[in-house]
Amino acid sequence: MKKLTSRIDKERLFLGIAAPVLAVVAALVVTALVIAATGKNPGAAFSDMTTYGFASDSQVYILNKATTYYLAGVAVAIGFRMNLFNIGVDGQYRLAAFIAAVLGGALTVPGWIAIPLIIVSAMATGALWAAIAGVLKVTRGVSEVISTIMLNSIATAVIAYLLQPGRLGELQQGGTLVSTKPLPSASHFFNIDTGPAGVLDGFVVVAVLVGLAYWFVLGRTRFGFDLRTVGQSESAASASGVSVKKMIATSMVISGAVAGLIGMPTLLNESHQYDNSFPTGIGFTGIAIALLGRNNPVGIALGALLWGFLERTTNHLEFQGYDKEILGVIQGVIVLCVVIAYEVVGRYGLKRQQQKVGAELAAQAAAATKKQEVA
Amino acid sequence: MKILYGMQQPDEGTITVGGEQVVLHNPGDAIARGIGMVHQHFMLADNLTVLENVVLGAEKLYGIGGKARAKIKEISDAYSLNVRPDVLVEELGVADRQRVEILKVLYRGAKTLILDEPTAVLVPQEVDALFDNLRELKAEGLTVIFISHKLGEVLSVADEITVIRRGTTVGTVEPKGTTPKQLAELMVGSELPTPETEESTVTDVPMLKLDGLHLTQTDLDGVERIILDEISFTIHKGEVLGIAGVEGNGQSELVEAIMGMRQPDAGVVTLDDTDISRTATRDRREAGIGYIPEDRHRHGLLLEAPLWENRILGHVTERPNSRGGLLDIKAARTDTQRIVEAYDVRTPGIDVTAASLSGGNQQKLIVGREMSHNPKLLIAAHPTRGVDVGAQAAIWDYIREARREGLAVLLISADLDELIGLSDTLRVMYRGRLVADADPATITPEELGSAMTGAATGHLEHTEDDER
Repeated sequence: MKKLTSRIDKERLFLGIAAPVLAVVAALVVTALVIAATGKNPGAAFSDMTTYGFASDSQVYILNKATTYYLAGVAVAIGFRMNLFNIGVDGQYRLAAFIAAVLGGALTVPGWIAIPLIIVSAMATGALWAAIAGVLKVTRGVSEVISTIMLNSIATAVIAYLLQPGRLGELQQGGTLVSTKPLPSASHFFNIDTGPAGVLDGFVVVAVLVGLAYWFVLGRTRFGFDLRTVGQSESAASASGVSVKKMIATSMVISGAVAGLIGMPTLLNESHQYDNSFPTGIGFTGIAIALLGRNNPVGIALGALLWGFLERTTNHLEFQGYDKEILGVIQGVIVLCVVIAYEVVGRYGLKRQQQKVGAELAAQAAAATKKQEVA
Repeated sequence: MKILYGMQQPDEGTITVGGEQVVLHNPGDAIARGIGMVHQHFMLADNLTVLENVVLGAEKLYGIGGKARAKIKEISDAYSLNVRPDVLVEELGVADRQRVEILKVLYRGAKTLILDEPTAVLVPQEVDALFDNLRELKAEGLTVIFISHKLGEVLSVADEITVIRRGTTVGTVEPKGTTPKQLAELMVGSELPTPETEESTVTDVPMLKLDGLHLTQTDLDGVERIILDEISFTIHKGEVLGIAGVEGNGQSELVEAIMGMRQPDAGVVTLDDTDISRTATRDRREAGIGYIPEDRHRHGLLLEAPLWENRILGHVTERPNSRGGLLDIKAARTDTQRIVEAYDVRTPGIDVTAASLSGGNQQKLIVGREMSHNPKLLIAAHPTRGVDVGAQAAIWDYIREARREGLAVLLISADLDELIGLSDTLRVMYRGRLVADADPATITPEELGSAMTGAATGHLEHTEDDER
């Protein structure tokens, strides 16, 4: 009997990996067709991507990108585990980074006080912005999809209004760029210098910690069990004694707090200020990555690295005379394939398990009757 | 049945309709071959008339106007179904709706009718009427496949009985010369116990006390409906209180109010001398309420989660599932294994999903889980619905054992034999009120049935001349 359990487990693991691999392979095939259609050689393009992507300076670049993407993926995944679609991660992290940058620029205290303060203020801002959608959902039944999309636009407008000279912004020396007051160098987060390969953001450590916390809280705590229960069946959750509304509001707040961290590697490690060149749209990248990683902490990390890799290498392809749009094609096809592959593989797995359980029980029953006959 | 109606494809084997071998790819194919299905859960649109419901999706047959109405009349008269085409479905009772479902199938030209557990929602008098309808259909040369867990019904209506156990045919018998006992033994493969309690274990220590529970609900049209009306009763330690009633008369809401999933407008719930009217569901569960929900898929299980996670469900704050705020996965898994063995849950392991178990085994897991936390009160809503006869007997045993150990049990069921067999006290619920009470030692299902339709109230006395 033990043998069967382990077999099912192995099979489940295999099915779990099958879906993303299938999706990536399908995406590669489609991309190859697209490149071939533009009259270029896909083989050469792929080999260029691999050699360039695994160069040491590319690795550092990819890791830095992936740090940001990982945080975004986790923020979205928290919502997904609850069946909540937090599209507002985008607005949450931008507003959070902006407020944190303003606060950081104004602080003159030592770094060991300032950095935690900046990070906490970013998380609090993200949490508050997400809480609006959470409260609207539990009190008025407003779909979080709609409210968070709108809150994204509102965040854009709020930042645009405040980020002006005379308000919270200031004109830089060149007179061409408006930004928040730069962080004093004491408030810069530590970097890891890897020599000629470049500088690795120290925030990657925080991202790993967030991943560990995500895994631990969801898989090992009572709170995480309640959260997953609500995600799987609201009716069963409420019958089991979980307050569904409270859970929705709480998980929205947590998702927003993690979203607040997304802008931190950029702010604390790289730009040290918030201006119009601050990266946007990462919240949406996070949705794709959470889907790709199946809301699994390791899966999200792999998804984030893949995304960084694709961006790095397709940028380089442009210099080789390929079209830049290849990136969009690959990413789009991957996400599409992933969603389809998970659904197909998931259904297949469930059906197969049901059949197996049935077959096993029938075999047991047959063995039992045989024994009886002998006796 | 799903295969016969084209909803699922067989791995092997053949279907022959009227001497011709057929392959049914979808329900459309099945309908075209003259196979019609009346589902256990009705597929009717409440806000449409009977006529509209019948022609819906079959507009091509006789149009939607006078011709269709004439055809409905014709079928209705031919099989004395008494269907009125212009009434809104929402105004109809359960039995009438079922006749509309049957008419819908006949209207589409069905020659073979599949009825899936058609009597589950009917009171005995309505069952008799249904059987009369079925005999009419039979007399007109139609074929009826009648699926039921209830042996007496099968014996009284069928010409030939096929017993299926665990997916294989175990025997085909003639109803003449077959007793319910023989049939049941075929179904379980062994001797079958009956739902009969031993000597009374009722004490005079009250465990659950409801006082004036009142609940109203405003429906979509803004009309206020009374769901629960002045519900008061007391269940003592070692007592099984059975509630009879046609489904939809407030039983589900009553259970949800006791569980704290629904807040009543007025009334007091007292468990073991503690007022729990305002406490949250989780606290009530911790205080010692075990809950076997009427719809285990919606309220009792996480279908896509493994069995050991389902063992934690509802008791996540209690040992052995957790210590402090952390889950104790190892202890929970060990205890799941114990439940699987103690309650005879047939499964190859505790890592399979709940969805891959049969209904009976899912239910045994739920019963095992709820009994593992030393409950003071067990709420069992339709505990043996959709459960095979073997598991049914086991579940009855567990309820009896719980009663012996001094639990108070609230039993809600549509199976009157089960209610009469297990309960110490019986109440009848009708339109949100407890309208009648009865002594399970003497009452017959027919007498209960008349109270369930609101025809009789007060204390039901068994009368000799009522017996047939």
